[in-house]
Amino acid sequence: MKLTVAGNAKEYANGLTVAQLIELEKVETPQYVTVSINDEFVESGVFANTSLKDGDNVEFLYFMGGGR
Amino acid sequence: MTTIRLKQQDYEAIVAHAKSGLPNEACGLLAGKADGDVKTVEKIYLLSNPDNSPEHFSIDPKEQLAAVKDMRANGFVPLGNFHSHPSTPARLSEEDIRLAYDGKASYLILSLAGESPVLNAFGVVGGEVVPQKLSIF
Repeated sequence: MKLTVAGNAKEYANGLTVAQLIELEKVETPQYVTVSINDEFVESGVFANTSLKDGDNVEFLYFMGGGR
Repeated sequence: MTTIRLKQQDYEAIVAHAKSGLPNEACGLLAGKADGDVKTVEKIYLLSNPDNSPEHFSIDPKEQLAAVKDMRANGFVPLGNFHSHPSTPARLSEEDIRLAYDGKASYLILSLAGESPVLNAFGVVGGEVVPQKLSIF
């Protein structure tokens, strides 16, 4: 299936989950990454159960914060 | 040493954004071009601070996503972020360092603690703070 990952067209096997995509894309410090699929944010607890489908647009966003 | 080039008008917009957010911290993103060790900021994104706190900030993922798409559409790359310290110096706090995951990003801190604003730039590589040169033009 065709995915757009961080703006880049990619080809992946059908049935891929968000958790698997994070591994394949070698996303660093995934515990601090927010994922959106077609502009909808995915709860981190369901990455392993969320399957991607052909045409999905996936973004990885790093948490940014701090203080004082 | 990495150099961050920031337009005077963008510097002034960051200061105004931070002052308008007082007493809370204010934050935003920086985008532009990177050429070796020189990063030129072409666009700043003045974002909200969902923490609404004088001691903490975080960037709203929805605003972050919109900014990332805009950067891409304009041919810019993400260069880093900025946030204000309303009552503490323009240095990275322990929390700032702990939450600085991106070794390629520049972290700009604007202090409003003194009579005049002070803006400094840093990188964080492997938990170590690396000062960067800030050039306002």
